[in-house]
Amino acid sequence: MSSGPIIEIRGLRKIYRVGKVEVPALRGVDLDVDRGEFVAIVGPSGSGKSTLFHIIGGLTPPTSGSVRVADQDLAALTDGGRTNLRKRNVGFVFQKFNLLPNLTARDNIAVARYIAGTGTQPDPQFEEVLRLLKIDDRLDHKPSALSGGEQQRIAIARAIVNHPAILLADEPTGNLDTENSKAVLEILRDLNERLAQTILMITHNPEAAAYGHHTVHMRDGRIIERT
Amino acid sequence: MIAKLVVENIKHKPMRSLLSILLIGVPVTLILTLVGLSHGMLDDAERRARGSGADIMLRGSNATAILSSSSATLPEKFLDFLARQPHVKAAMGVITHAIELPLVVNGVDLAQFDKMNGGLQYLAGGPFQGPDDVIIDRYYAQQKKKRVGDTIEIMNRPWRVSGIVDGGQLAHILAPLKTLQELDAATGKITFAYLKLDDPANTQAVIDDLKKQLGDSYPIWSMEDFASQLRESVNRQGLDEFIGVIIGIGVVIGFAVVCLSMYMSVLQRTREIGILKSLGGSKILILRIVWMEALLLGLGGTALGILMSYGARLAIETLRPASFQVEIVYIWWPLAAAITLAGASLGAVYPGLSAASHDAIEALAYE
Repeated sequence: MSSGPIIEIRGLRKIYRVGKVEVPALRGVDLDVDRGEFVAIVGPSGSGKSTLFHIIGGLTPPTSGSVRVADQDLAALTDGGRTNLRKRNVGFVFQKFNLLPNLTARDNIAVARYIAGTGTQPDPQFEEVLRLLKIDDRLDHKPSALSGGEQQRIAIARAIVNHPAILLADEPTGNLDTENSKAVLEILRDLNERLAQTILMITHNPEAAAYGHHTVHMRDGRIIERT
Repeated sequence: MIAKLVVENIKHKPMRSLLSILLIGVPVTLILTLVGLSHGMLDDAERRARGSGADIMLRGSNATAILSSSSATLPEKFLDFLARQPHVKAAMGVITHAIELPLVVNGVDLAQFDKMNGGLQYLAGGPFQGPDDVIIDRYYAQQKKKRVGDTIEIMNRPWRVSGIVDGGQLAHILAPLKTLQELDAATGKITFAYLKLDDPANTQAVIDDLKKQLGDSYPIWSMEDFASQLRESVNRQGLDEFIGVIIGIGVVIGFAVVCLSMYMSVLQRTREIGILKSLGGSKILILRIVWMEALLLGLGGTALGILMSYGARLAIETLRPASFQVEIVYIWWPLAAAITLAGASLGAVYPGLSAASHDAIEALAYE
């Protein structure tokens, strides 16, 4: 394993084609994220934050430029290669939680392990994480029986159950009230501090961004500032 | 884990799942009932023929097809010739008259019949008391709701029920030979001659001897040959092709129902497909989920179809116990399952491929 940045992006461009119209979403992004860093990405809508996330998470390929994530060159990966990257190296947390509604919280976590090919039972140490997330007594409920805060904590548990190299959180507090937002942000900070989990978090909220070690500001498909 | 996800998906939309299972089950019931009907009716015909007590049967020279309803062509006096043959213990002439298909009235001389099978086993009543009497079996009695002494309309004329016998004794309806010959303008003629031998072991020798004397113009069968000839004849008349058509319809319905159901399901679960993809779910995994759900619906449809075939049998045998006999043909259960699963698998292909090719980002944004 390399000792360099876990995410290394150079000259990243992404152009979406809508019919015959080309829409540039990223116009040359350079970004390094070290292992164990907690980086917040802020910017107005349409600034390219989500596209950057989708590329780092292997959900879509870059149009040009170089993107290395956990020592893998994403530009060289096939669709199957990007699928494998998502299985083991990347965990997603979404604004809308995105839990499978027909499964219990426990099974939502188990399905991530099943897909990664690591069995369905989490390792014993994961019990501690569940306690940290305060969901250890809510695992047998389906998402519809859980509060927004609980659903998001289940989503976080699902995202980290396979010990991914990177946790990508896209507006993780966007659908939560102030109290639950604070709880989720503290959990993310705890995961970062206790488990040295690398975290990239998109947010519109400056208070949420303050939980990160660094904040990356984006506008019009470019990084305009890193603080 | 995938099985759990599939089962939960099916449980999540119970009405859609139940309707799909019902629609898949209908052709399964059709196939099983049709096969059960063909087996049941052939077995019934065979049982009744064996119940005559005869070892050999013979038809007129111009009636080669075993199932033909051609008129009586054998002279009744021919029975005397047959009765004189070595090893022949008794000879009986029967005239047949088709009524409401597939039912046939058999005209018999009860004295001859008694020598063949030792006498009819009556459940109620007894032999003919007059020329306009009939003896019916319990199935026909149940079908027509008749008892001994009741009048029954057959061949556009009234008959008195003189006796009710158990099933499997030559025919569902027996009438006096002379009466039926007069009604058919075939006085002195019979359709079949039945022969009882001193020892069934002599059957082939007697048949060979008769063929030597009569040539090939008279179809002669042992009762064993009759059963196999009956099945061959039925198959020749296109039963296998008919069952094939019904199977084809079953596959098409199974395919269409599963395709529609799974396509709707995939549309409804677009976001969930996006979630699975974000977790690293491959196209094969998504395809497997859709396929397994289709197979489970197919299995459910097969089970329901089997269950409904019992219901169909009960309905048919309650309404028309003499006309139609339905058997439960267990060997067709796995065949029906295979046919249904083939249809379901085909039906899952398009929705499965559609789901597998969903763009993860678009799927996650789906509301």
